[in-house]
Amino acid sequence: MDMNEIKEIFFQECEEQLAELESGLLKLNDGDRDPETVNAVFRAVHSIKGGAGAFGLDDLVSFAHVFETTLDCVRSNKLEPTQDVLKVMLKSADVLADLTNAARDGGSVDESRSRTLIRELEALAHGEAPAAAEPAPKSAAAPKAAAPAPVVEQPPVNDEGFQPIPFSFGDFDEEPADHYVPTVQVAFKPKKDLYAKGNEAVLLLRDVSRLGEMSVYCDMDALPTLDKMNPEEAYFSWKISVTTEKGEDGVRSVFEFAEWDCDLDIQTIEEDVVSEATGDEELPMQPVPFDLSMLDDGGAAVADEPAVMEGDAAAAVTAAETATKVAQVASRAAENAKAAAAASAASAAQANQAAAAGQTIRVDLDRVDRLINLVGELVINQAMLSQSVVENDTNGTSSINMGLEELQQLTREIQDSVMAIRAQPVKPVFQRMARTVREIADITGKSVRLITEGENTEVDKTVIDKLAEPLTHMIRNAVDHGLEMPEKREALGKNPEGTVRLTAKHRSGRIVIELADDGAGINREKVRQKAIDNDLIAADANLSDEEIDNLIFHAGFSTADKVSDLSGRGVGMDVVKRSIQALGGRISISSKPGQGSVFTMSLPLTLAVLDGMVVTVAGQTLVVPLTAIVETLQPEASAIHSFGASQRLISIRNSFCPLVDVGRILNFRNTQANPIEGVALLVESEGGGQRALMVDAIQGQRQVVIKSLEANYTHVPGIAAATILGDGRVALILDVDAVVAASRGQSLKQDISLAATG
Amino acid sequence: MTNAVKTLTHGRELIAFRIGDQEFCVNIMSVREIRGWTQATPMPHAPSYVLGVINLRGVVLPIVDMSQRLGMKPAEPTVRHVIIVAQVGPKVVGLLVDAVSDILTVTPENIQPTPDIANEVEKAYARGILAIEGRMICLIELDSLFPHTESEAA
Amino acid sequence: MKKKVLTVDDSRTIRNMLLVTLNNAGFETIQAEDGIEGLEVLENANPDVIVTDINMPRLDGFGFIEGVRRNEKYRAIPILVLTTESDAEKKNRARQAGATGWIVKPFDPTKLIDAIERVTA
Repeated sequence: MDMNEIKEIFFQECEEQLAELESGLLKLNDGDRDPETVNAVFRAVHSIKGGAGAFGLDDLVSFAHVFETTLDCVRSNKLEPTQDVLKVMLKSADVLADLTNAARDGGSVDESRSRTLIRELEALAHGEAPAAAEPAPKSAAAPKAAAPAPVVEQPPVNDEGFQPIPFSFGDFDEEPADHYVPTVQVAFKPKKDLYAKGNEAVLLLRDVSRLGEMSVYCDMDALPTLDKMNPEEAYFSWKISVTTEKGEDGVRSVFEFAEWDCDLDIQTIEEDVVSEATGDEELPMQPVPFDLSMLDDGGAAVADEPAVMEGDAAAAVTAAETATKVAQVASRAAENAKAAAAASAASAAQANQAAAAGQTIRVDLDRVDRLINLVGELVINQAMLSQSVVENDTNGTSSINMGLEELQQLTREIQDSVMAIRAQPVKPVFQRMARTVREIADITGKSVRLITEGENTEVDKTVIDKLAEPLTHMIRNAVDHGLEMPEKREALGKNPEGTVRLTAKHRSGRIVIELADDGAGINREKVRQKAIDNDLIAADANLSDEEIDNLIFHAGFSTADKVSDLSGRGVGMDVVKRSIQALGGRISISSKPGQGSVFTMSLPLTLAVLDGMVVTVAGQTLVVPLTAIVETLQPEASAIHSFGASQRLISIRNSFCPLVDVGRILNFRNTQANPIEGVALLVESEGGGQRALMVDAIQGQRQVVIKSLEANYTHVPGIAAATILGDGRVALILDVDAVVAASRGQSLKQDISLAATG
Repeated sequence: MTNAVKTLTHGRELIAFRIGDQEFCVNIMSVREIRGWTQATPMPHAPSYVLGVINLRGVVLPIVDMSQRLGMKPAEPTVRHVIIVAQVGPKVVGLLVDAVSDILTVTPENIQPTPDIANEVEKAYARGILAIEGRMICLIELDSLFPHTESEAA
Repeated sequence: MKKKVLTVDDSRTIRNMLLVTLNNAGFETIQAEDGIEGLEVLENANPDVIVTDINMPRLDGFGFIEGVRRNEKYRAIPILVLTTESDAEKKNRARQAGATGWIVKPFDPTKLIDAIERVTA
């Protein structure tokens, strides 16, 4: 793994942390006071800062540091997470996300916004009340923060846990030619805590010896008799003399971790000063590898204590060393045996735990896509095989048929499993909307609350990726145009805070997403007038309320009086509609004046596969999604009734259902079809109500792989997508809702972009 | 010519094809493959020059009757016709022509301006004409024949 | 015989960097995501030294160190704390919990290796 891969992983991790951060802050905003929530929020920023530091992403680090400091105040209960405080926090989270993205993609961020927030965060950290919330970012009350300013600076990087040493060891090497090599004397007496912390005197001595020529003397005077000795206690002290280019500081750095748990005295002795050595101080002469771990082994080596008592330092040490080593080896051997036995049991347990805990793995999306494509091809192949068999052997040898059926079953199962891999909850998209709502509320000066439901509803990843944009536009519209200003709402007796509700659920094989606001609803008069102005409808056209509402999906339609910063960017609802259609979905709107509007989107669960009924219409092969079909009928002449100039109805069990001439609507034929010569498919459509689709014949039911038309062609009204049948030919998949809508008298709009005049 | 020299003199490689008794050419960089004709599935509401779509190894490919598109009479496709699979912007399209005739390398000097008698349609897509061995070959700009409109601003 | 390092950190990024740094320096590395997992892994891992973060979910660095020190087998194992926090209070707390020493993030790979060498035999 190289640095670039790790960096990529870091940014992925940042995304997760940012999501955690936002959801944690939102929980706090809702009144959650669980300390674990606060901790999680703190850790999210802390993690980002830590990783960012490793990659030198300074802007990100500085901001994260300030943010983290303020969060720490919340964590340690020095700062109360009030609504105003959380507002600052949420904005900071947004800035943090922006900085992360800039670090990743190389873009830039709004510096003044970052600076403003840094000031606000610092103010909070210093115990000043947050400035009253206002929509536009303004300079926060600059506190007398002159002194505590360091918070904004780079966090002090301090490698060794000490004050930074003001000079480097390199200085020593640059000493002029007289080449004075200092000798340093160390008096070192460990306290018992030193060992408890895992430091070992022997290692320290070893490291000192690595600095240069060393002589060491061990003072064992403090060692009591065996019966009084406490194995945990530290009795030895050392006098060390080392001649090293690294000098005093080099020696000091060896003891850096141990310093607090020992008595340490380090001095440089002048070359020509004779050390007032007592007789003992210079013995013995070579580095003695003490192994004092025997003090930690509890009773294991007690038996060898007497060896120490002999008074000969060197011999004592060697003997103790050997004894200790033996003891250690013995104890380790025992441990290893135990460990080996336990290991297999433990790993089994661990595996179970992993399975139980629902482990996940990260997979390259490309691989999943490839797998899905292959499975799609498998489905096609299996269909072609079935077709061949049927064509070549009309009786269908029983075993081949059964084999094929099983194959089909297996293929279907594989397909379901594979599709499930890519299915993801809509939660991340919904969470992004939370930020969008915040930002727009800020800009427009409105007060808005976003409520989400069904965040865990799962959809194919490709759908999720493409949902964000249309949803963002719709939310912008809802807040900007739908919701009234807080004062106006209050005057109307509404809660000054508007509500935008985003819900997702599964319904009859599709996913339905609704976006509702409790604003003013569609201004039908305005819309109607605008449509007349734009020549979309005749001045005297008689349209139902629903039809007027849906006019907003026409191109070029925007009734905004002024081009506000966002909606006026020129993305109208027609673009939204096309995005949804490109996903194979439908969108409609319903509205109640004064109460609000609801956008309803229905999308296919997967973009890849469909259960369909293959039919012929005017000589063309079409596929009708099975989920739309309620039943199939063989119309009889007596059941057909005419209505008006060209409509026909079929009576089914005492109710009348309009007939839809599919071939005519799709322009496959110019003449009306005769219902009794074909078959009728009873369907339910999005807007409610049933229709009977007229087709020439039913060829069978099949699972088909959906192929996009939009990729190389364009959206065709009435057609949802295409597929490839067993004979290798392209067949079109019917868009039932569109065809039904067309049958209500509106012709299918023709916006084919491939067309050019001439 | 080596590639380096080609670039130096801004040479381009073009693929020439025949429709009726006329010849046209397009930049070879746009061409993905050449294949034989297959019956296309007609599309509702399609302009008349879009014959339908075919299956190109799992991808749905629209087939355009180039004869019609270029303002001439509709083709009556047979197995002897040829489909040039071309990349136009983000989309891949199949161009139905009578036959592919040549691969040419030309430099800007070889390209003469489109004659004044050209009508609006021809002016829109033609980028000039080439005189090669007594033949007149019209250079076509595919992008202008198939403008791709992304999301328009409202 | 390679020295074994147990690294405990909730950040995937840091874990990866530690893995690369330590493996390149010839150490054998085992990893855990938080204090609880650290203690679980410790049961069978027999590391020579532990490098741990402070801020982690489920069980933080302090709790983890205390847990390690309570285990007879690991009472004296060197534990290095790896953290972005450098204030005296946290250091003190770490020391009192039983940390042997620490490194401040972002860590300099050389200093990390040096520190490990320093505390291991």
